[in-house]
Amino acid sequence: MMQEKVAQAPASASGKGPMLLALRGVGKVFSNGVTALSGVDLTIREGDFLSLLGPSGCGKSTALRLIAGLATPTSGLLDWRGSRAADRSDIGFVFQEPTLLPWADVFDNVWLPLRLKGVSRAKAAPIVMEMLARVHLTGFEKAVPRELSGGMKMRVSIARAMVTKPRVLLMDEPFAALDEITRFKLNNDLLELWQDERFTVVFVTHSVFESVFLSNRVVVMAARPGRVFKELAIDASYPRKEAFRTSPAYAALCRQASDVLIGAINSTAGPHHDGH
Amino acid sequence: MTAIDHTAVTLDPEEARRVRQERLERIGRWLLPLAIMVLAIWLWDRICVWNDIPKYILPRPGVVLQTLFDDAGLLFSSLLVTLRITFLSLLLAVIGGVGLAVLFTQSKWVEMSFFPFAIVLQVTPIVAIFPLINIYVDNQTTKLLLCAWIVAFFPILSNTTLGLNSVDRNLRDMFRLNGATRWQQLRYLRLPAAMPYFLGGLKIAGGLSLIGAVVAEFVAGATGQSSGLASRIIEAGYRLNAPRLFAALILISFTGILIFLVLSLISHLILRRWHESALKQER
Repeated sequence: MMQEKVAQAPASASGKGPMLLALRGVGKVFSNGVTALSGVDLTIREGDFLSLLGPSGCGKSTALRLIAGLATPTSGLLDWRGSRAADRSDIGFVFQEPTLLPWADVFDNVWLPLRLKGVSRAKAAPIVMEMLARVHLTGFEKAVPRELSGGMKMRVSIARAMVTKPRVLLMDEPFAALDEITRFKLNNDLLELWQDERFTVVFVTHSVFESVFLSNRVVVMAARPGRVFKELAIDASYPRKEAFRTSPAYAALCRQASDVLIGAINSTAGPHHDGH
Repeated sequence: MTAIDHTAVTLDPEEARRVRQERLERIGRWLLPLAIMVLAIWLWDRICVWNDIPKYILPRPGVVLQTLFDDAGLLFSSLLVTLRITFLSLLLAVIGGVGLAVLFTQSKWVEMSFFPFAIVLQVTPIVAIFPLINIYVDNQTTKLLLCAWIVAFFPILSNTTLGLNSVDRNLRDMFRLNGATRWQQLRYLRLPAAMPYFLGGLKIAGGLSLIGAVVAEFVAGATGQSSGLASRIIEAGYRLNAPRLFAALILISFTGILIFLVLSLISHLILRRWHESALKQER
């Protein structure tokens, strides 16, 4: 099933994979009357690395929760159209905090999703160990979360999300709390993982630089009500290594995205409140 | 996380002072209470001598110690009776408290309906309930157990309920995303997360079950048959046998301290790898 994908060129904005999921006129109103999302139309294609970029309160996290099935839309629908991903086992989720079990060691944390599906420790072991190797944590199986640095905890979190080999990885500002050096490293490693495994990523961030570096598509959102403001294609080929960060092409793309983001912020109706 | 060899580094005066301070504190933590205790006992002894107090009013510490040895057979067999009630009621408190807490967290409705009853049971003084228990329950051991249980189970129930409900929201979402069943969520998420809270409640309940057992014996002792430490105290009181009264009191105190220490040790051993409360402070 995977063979034909291996032959494919790395996805870029122009290379269109088959549709995975479409949000059609999706809106979400909370019981307190806040309209988190309104009329969101968005098509996610297989193999996309799609970033949702926007200021606080633009509903990007809500959109992610809707896709994950952790919340249901008030209006509109999520169209998975035949893709198996509607099944939750095909979705991996990485939270803003590492969200690990503090009493369990690294191995047990990564094993957890498989364990909940009834996979024994012995059967899970090779899968878990391979996943830990993929996130460069070999040798840390026995460590508990408090013994790890912030970056390492996030690696465990990513390994846990990926251990079931989901087709979609949803990430909610996963690196926002990390220092820049660690964030760059994790960016690189995430891209490498994505290129090897060819899954689909929906990545929520408020960093222009991060979204441009990682994604082939950046969807800029605006607030009050949360909506899609504009979509940008990031036409730079993969693999993107450290050199890409300092290239003029990257700088130009960042400027472009930044301009769109400023437009999105200015388009917000009503008095402007700063995020908490 | 590399170990630093302290002897190899020359410390500046400020750091050296801090190291000295820490060392002093470490010693002082043990030495000071011990010294005060010795001083208090010495003072007690002196007061008896200076004022010529008869031993049936206030016995000298030496006499109390002597009594503790002389009456050891009697006192320790009584202690065993009290301990049996204490531990059985603590065990039942753990089973009842955790069981009810788990039941409560399975449904908000159950918690809302029944938690007030637990509070009513907790705030009503046990001595006031005892006459009723005395009417309804025949078996002496059951009577005492019920009493001690009522006193001990509440901290376990309320702490465990709090713990089971204090699970990180994202972790709960993560379990949902992975299709965890109710039982899996309880087994792998809620129960381990509630562990520190439960152990905190257990420490309180340990002391309370001893108090409950002694109080129950006291109240039951007034009506007749009982051979726990409390009845020894009552008996000694009637006979103006102050040395034995003190000896029994000391025995109860030490038992309480021992229970607390053992439960603290258990708590530390379970939590030491991950929970903040059990971690050595760095920096």
